[in-house]
Amino acid sequence: MRKSSKAESLLATAAILLASITLIACDKAQAPGVPVAASPASGATGSAKGDFGPPQGEPIKAVLTSPPNVPPATGRKVPAKVIVELEVRELEMEISEGVKYTFWTFGGTVPGSFIRVRQGDTVEFHLKNHPDSKMPHNIDLHGVTGPGGGAASSFTAPGHGSQFTFKALNAGLYVYHCATAPVGMHVANGMYGLILIEPPEGLTPVDHEFYVMQGDFYTTGKYREKGLQPFDMQKAIDERPTYVLFNGSESALIGDKALKAKVGQNVRLFVGNGGPNLVSSFHVIGEIFDKVWFEGGSKSQENVQTTLVPAGGAVIAEFHTEVPGTYVIVDHSLFRAFNKGALGMLKIEGPENKAIYSGKEVDSTYLGDKAADLGTVAVATKAAATGVLTKDMQIKAGAALFTGTCSVCHQANGEGLAGVFPPLAKSDFLAQGTAKSIAVVINGMSGPVKVNGKDYNSVMPPMSQLNDDAIANILTYVNNSWGNNLGQVTQAEVAQVRASTPRAQGSAH
Amino acid sequence: MTSVRAPCTLAWLLASGLATAVWAAQPANPSAPFAPSALYKPLPVSIFKTVLPPDGKQGLATVKAFGLRSLPVSNGEFSAFTQKSPQWRVKNVAAVFADGQYLSHWPASGLPGKDQLSQPVTNVSWFAAQAYCEGEGARLPTWHEWEYAAAADPTRVDAREDPAWRERILSWYSRKSAPLPSVGSTAKNVYGIHDLHGVIWEWVHDTSALMVSGDSRNQGDPDTLQFCGAGALSANDRENYPVLMRIAMLSSLGAASTTRNLGFRCAKDAAKPKASQRIKP
Repeated sequence: MRKSSKAESLLATAAILLASITLIACDKAQAPGVPVAASPASGATGSAKGDFGPPQGEPIKAVLTSPPNVPPATGRKVPAKVIVELEVRELEMEISEGVKYTFWTFGGTVPGSFIRVRQGDTVEFHLKNHPDSKMPHNIDLHGVTGPGGGAASSFTAPGHGSQFTFKALNAGLYVYHCATAPVGMHVANGMYGLILIEPPEGLTPVDHEFYVMQGDFYTTGKYREKGLQPFDMQKAIDERPTYVLFNGSESALIGDKALKAKVGQNVRLFVGNGGPNLVSSFHVIGEIFDKVWFEGGSKSQENVQTTLVPAGGAVIAEFHTEVPGTYVIVDHSLFRAFNKGALGMLKIEGPENKAIYSGKEVDSTYLGDKAADLGTVAVATKAAATGVLTKDMQIKAGAALFTGTCSVCHQANGEGLAGVFPPLAKSDFLAQGTAKSIAVVINGMSGPVKVNGKDYNSVMPPMSQLNDDAIANILTYVNNSWGNNLGQVTQAEVAQVRASTPRAQGSAH
Repeated sequence: MTSVRAPCTLAWLLASGLATAVWAAQPANPSAPFAPSALYKPLPVSIFKTVLPPDGKQGLATVKAFGLRSLPVSNGEFSAFTQKSPQWRVKNVAAVFADGQYLSHWPASGLPGKDQLSQPVTNVSWFAAQAYCEGEGARLPTWHEWEYAAAADPTRVDAREDPAWRERILSWYSRKSAPLPSVGSTAKNVYGIHDLHGVIWEWVHDTSALMVSGDSRNQGDPDTLQFCGAGALSANDRENYPVLMRIAMLSSLGAASTTRNLGFRCAKDAAKPKASQRIKP
């Protein structure tokens, strides 16, 4: 947006002048109050293409909103004169529970008030600095074409106000921030926000628009150290933030303050990064951005997991909600999220959609390479159903199931662990009868027990996740392995024992 | 360079000329309800490392011997001054000399409240501050004088390299405005001067020459040379944020500006020894 050469900027100026002249002439031809479908003069290049001529109609006072809210679409078809009044306040607010910080704010919030105008609008900007402020402040809007983005023209002492005017030539989502010395400190204290310059055709309507902005904070105390925490310049210079936050507080987007939407809605996030130091790897856990206007510009990318938001930059991200639940918003540089506060929540309400996401179907122990190919189990199950199940099939299926469930304690060789888990190999306990073995698997076992002459005193939980078929196969495998020769166990036998014992409470896990 | 700076130098000399060589403190009005002993403490001549070097390069400024008020001017003292000089009362003051916030923290009576008497006066314009100092036979300190005095702490003449010194000052910046303490509430520095940091901002005589760009990222742009005054040049010690921020604050002001945290103290040129007392080389 800044001019690359003097020649180019001269050309642009000429084009602007030309455009203005043309439109003034055009305007006069119209009846007063009739909107003119303004468009830039042909041949305009660069930012000048966004000059749609002089403002039309009465001046409009811009609606400013506090985060996470976004002002409504301008809905205008012609360039207007828009008056923005922004007040700088230095306020003591909570940065984390029980931790206070003196924020310097645009409009009393961090990030500052969201400003929304349309490309081609003439913005009359009033910056007021509250009398209670200690510091002078100013504003650099990245959406401004002009030296300093307005900074020098808006330099304002406490208890004073400044005014400057600019034409919003380039559509996009832009960061604004304070640029008073030391800039880094003013930004680190929360002096940033977003201005959206809508393209002439506006943005596609969506169900929800939210305003989220990341920033890094530097306090002399440690993370979550209670009390009023002063700014730590050395940490800021070293780029070692104490907090990395969305919307200026650890609790800004948590609990009751979580962003809310319903299933089947379109959500648009206006995401900025104030910095002053860190770049954000912006991510919403469990969502894929259908579209991201990266860098806040005019091009969009589809199907994005994590989008980079530069310090002093912004993105527009859109997605359609499919499944209810809580979606966690993070900077995917994860220690920032879980140890410095860069965490927010989006709560989506509505009916479940099990076809897209089932919720938890299975909660089982994962055993890595102990998990065996369960093809043999399927074979045995099918054979049992058709009445052709052989002992050999049972042993093979049982071996696979044993590896997955039993070998963790009783070991793959059936030897158990001396003093802790009793052996199954040549076990005199197993020899006491199939019914007793089945009962232990179904109901678990705890307390002292003597196996092969050695005392054990531990707990085996009830294997209530195993069905009769699986237990029969496992015990058939155990009864015929490692020197045991105790015959086959049938599904019917297991069913009989299960029927005769009270249902065990709890599960193996 | 020399030619552009000339008007400033001239102005400075004129201002200095206004100052008389009175050395001892002369309270504006001895019958005022609050009359602390704001003595002028002597500071010796110094070649001083400044963040705003006059030549833009060396970082050194020569400061002649001068006296600086040990305390900022209080509401009580300023009230006594307005009694004596009615043109500086809230209802009389000319708009070109003070903006609408002038003494706005005083009750409607136009006199400070009892609890305000001992607090430093704020919401005063440069014009009002300079007029007050003239009444004390003094003037506002120059930036270099103020910077030189404020570099000290209770034990050292120059504590600026100490990160703890910087942190203490920054911690005041990072507290929101609160009711002001009485003058003299902070420890005096090696020169016996109180409250240079941690209480209020203070006017300096050459405030309008501190042309630090409102956009702090422009420092060093040759364009700024078009402005007269040392501040037009690059601030030399970028790491010395506390000082930089004070300059930024002062440079945001016009001479009629007033703000809630901005007060002043006065300075005097050192009395020249009488001819008869001079020792011939």
